Amino acid sequence: MDPILLDRIHFAFTITFHYLFPQLTMGLALLIVALKTVAIRRNNERYNEAARFWARVFAVNFLLGVVTGIPMEFQFGTNWSQFARTSGGVIGQPLAMEGVFSFFLESAFLGLFLFGEKRLSAWGHWTSALLVFIGSWISGFFIIVTNAWMQHPVAYRLLPDGVYDVTSFWRLLTNPWALLQYAHNMSGAVVTGAFVMSAVGAFYVLEKRYLDHGRIFLRVGVIAGVIACITQIFPTGDLHGRYMAKHQPAAVAAMEGLFNSRTGAPIVLIGQPDEARQQIDNPIAVNDVLSFLIYGTVKAEVTGLDRIPRDQWPSPMPLLFYSYHIMAGLGTYFVLVMVVAAFFLWRGKLFETRWVLWPLLLSFPLPYIANTAGWMTAEIGRQPWVIYGLLRVPDGYSKYVSSGNTLFTLLGFMGVYTVLSILFIVLIYRIIDAGPVTRVAPARSAPLTAA
Amino acid sequence: MGFIWFWLVAIMLVAYVVLDGFDLGVGILHIFLARSEPERQVMIRSIGPVWDGNEVWLLAGGGTLYFAFPLLYASAFSGFYLALMIVLWLLIGRATAVELRMKIDLGVWKTFFDGIFFVSSTLLAVFYGAALANVIRGVPLHPDGYFFLPLWTDWRVSPEPGILDWYTVIGGVIALVALALHGALYLVVKTEGDLQQRARVAAGRLWIALLILTVISLPASVIARPDTLDNYRSHPLAYAVPLVVVLSLLGMIYFGRKAEDRGAFLCSSMYLAVMLVGAATALYPRLLPATTGLQYDITIDRALAGPHALHVGLIWWSIGMLLALMYFVIVYRMFRGKVSLQGEGYEH
Ligand code: HDD
Ligand code: HEM
Ligand code: HEM
Repeated sequence: MDPILLDRIHFAFTITFHYLFPQLTMGLALLIVALKTVAIRRNNERYNEAARFWARVFAVNFLLGVVTGIPMEFQFGTNWSQFARTSGGVIGQPLAMEGVFSFFLESAFLGLFLFGEKRLSAWGHWTSALLVFIGSWISGFFIIVTNAWMQHPVAYRLLPDGVYDVTSFWRLLTNPWALLQYAHNMSGAVVTGAFVMSAVGAFYVLEKRYLDHGRIFLRVGVIAGVIACITQIFPTGDLHGRYMAKHQPAAVAAMEGLFNSRTGAPIVLIGQPDEARQQIDNPIAVNDVLSFLIYGTVKAEVTGLDRIPRDQWPSPMPLLFYSYHIMAGLGTYFVLVMVVAAFFLWRGKLFETRWVLWPLLLSFPLPYIANTAGWMTAEIGRQPWVIYGLLRVPDGYSKYVSSGNTLFTLLGFMGVYTVLSILFIVLIYRIIDAGPVTRVAPARSAPLTAA
Repeated sequence: MGFIWFWLVAIMLVAYVVLDGFDLGVGILHIFLARSEPERQVMIRSIGPVWDGNEVWLLAGGGTLYFAFPLLYASAFSGFYLALMIVLWLLIGRATAVELRMKIDLGVWKTFFDGIFFVSSTLLAVFYGAALANVIRGVPLHPDGYFFLPLWTDWRVSPEPGILDWYTVIGGVIALVALALHGALYLVVKTEGDLQQRARVAAGRLWIALLILTVISLPASVIARPDTLDNYRSHPLAYAVPLVVVLSLLGMIYFGRKAEDRGAFLCSSMYLAVMLVGAATALYPRLLPATTGLQYDITIDRALAGPHALHVGLIWWSIGMLLALMYFVIVYRMFRGKVSLQGEGYEH
């Protein structure tokens, strides 16, 4: 098998699996702080119970984030050694800072947050929740800085031995691409958190169990959800797309399925790209919209793939096209669901309106799909470069690691992650089934408690 | 700059081994020492609140290595490919075992995770020791700074060795015994009663094994790598290292006899630290020596990242480390004292 393709699949598989967990971690961390805040301000014990319930979910989810994150830290070296060697002087920096500034913080205060409630004052406990939230969001920031530099390198120079050195630490951290990407990505994490919380709320309410808590989950989930879903598209998604059109025209052309440059470029809503004949089959398209979205005027010309040398087309182009469309399509659906739910919440009828609760219950997997699709858009759009414009993928992988070895470890990860998935589902189901009031009996002796 | 970062990375690795070392030790021993479910719980709780933070030293150290010495990170991680991947799976196994064991109250479930915990801790210790021994022995570096080692070839220290050969296996066994001893001494500090007594006995036996192995390790290193002692010959001050090794070994017995358990544990921490520092001293200024010829060694100069990165790094690294130390003080203070099963119901 082609070693480069295998290395790509290896990275894609492990990172995609990893990111299933942090997106909930980061989203929930924020929502838990919100629950704790209300609990204290209104002195309402129900909100405290709600926070404890989500803390249990958080703990399991966090563990999975940790164990799947550790391999990521080392994969740059194992499968992408030439990339690591070239770029370490720049992005080694944010990556190391993630460990030094956020993982230490998270690991220290998560224990306190989960098991220190009895020992800490109400505000002390609130502070530990806040620190966990800050830790996870800092972690997200540093990792996005890393990725953004690969998408849009700034503040670097080439040293004589062929490796990059950072020239301004500050400009690396304030890479405009990183700021846009961070805003969009974190909003996406809140979308996941909000949908998961609302889904559990809808489940309890539909099931008529733990009604009080179910309503709290719905209230907090829907309010956070409606805000995050809107910011997801506007301004963050929109700005991100425009910035991309300026700096990665090839990626945008492929995402949108625009084979020919033109003014009044159409937006393709649905269709199947045919790379060989350079056309979209069965297109459903709206003229002018793409030009308008990117440049604010229908007259603007949008670069198509015809202007891009064939060897710089992102590949696989159809997958990029679908990923982008799945993300954007789901984004539109999310706004719809959440706006309707928020409307009913505002009118005080949400908890009785079953036809709104059902979509809320069933939609919880979709933000995971949207976030994954978003990352696939970003990462396939970056092809054929590992570092955009600087280092091509075939120059970045580990030459001495044979494809047989890569396949072996890829299969190994698939096996390990299958087991982890099963454990995760079983444990989360137990937590939800046990409900927010009863103590999950064994959790009392959960090891982090120690002491 | 090179000198500073060499020792900063070394210090982070030392911190990792000393701290996570006792977690691993507890994992190695818990199968043998605990006679009942409550005792098992005590053992696992003794590391419960700290193991994750301890493991972060590995991540932070890895990250620091990546940005300070990109070539070393790239070369070593791709070269030790299989071993490293196995280490990653073991780390996953250990973490899941520690955290999930208590989540479901079923005998089968617990036994399953006990098994995972034991196997992963044991193999991790062996792999860490073997890794260090690989770095001392050297690897077959190509002119472009890369290499690839299979897990084993003919078990000999040849120009084309495997990750495991007789020398690195000795390294692995030393690490296994040293970390088990470290874990036993930690348990003596953290537990009471029968369990503590058993941990003491185990520590005594492991101490004898460690003494023998430590004595063997010196000539073994010289056979595997004849120039091991060069740095010691040129800098006699470095002989402080073996001296401290001996002192820390004696200290463990001395404090053990007087039941000053913390002292014994500190001596064992010292032992681990000094063994690593000794290895680093022998290596300096090499990071990864070549078996293929001196000119291919990965040295500090060759692997060092650009100057700006390293200067800025020094600033944030120091701040970050101060913060990290603060967290560690807070956490270890919160959870100081003996572990017990009663009275600490952190129900939630
Ligand atoms: C809940 C998830 C979610 C939803 C509904 C959307 N996105 Fe998104 N999108 C992400 C989650 C995401 C993400 C996972 O967070 C990505 C991957 C990389 C990144 O920074 O954000 C992303 C990337 C991403 C990119 C590629 C950036 C790059 O190559 O670096 C663009 C152009 C957009 N988004 C634009 C949009 C638009 C116009 C949307 C509106 C309909 C939209 N996204 C909805
Ligand atoms: C933010 C940190 C991230 C960094 C630094 C990063 C870096 C990389 C690297 C080095 C590769 C392999 C080289 C290549 O194929 O170009 C890669 C590929 C890939 N990554 Fe990411 N990644 C990040 C996040 C993510 C996330 C969160 C996802 C998905 C949820 C993702 C999805 C993918 C996919 C699908 C590929 C394969 C693309 C292809 O080769 O066609 N990445 N990424
Ligand atoms: C190649 C890319 C990535 C690497 C190398 C990486 C590395 C890691 C590591 C080592 C951990 C475990 C930390 C611990 O022990 O506490 C972790 C957890 C985490 N990662 Fe990643 N990660 C990557 C991608 C991402 C992305 C894209 C995000 C989100 C923007 C992210 C956010 C987090 C968060 C918030 C955690 C905390 C634990 C959790 O959420 O469950 N990571 N990551």
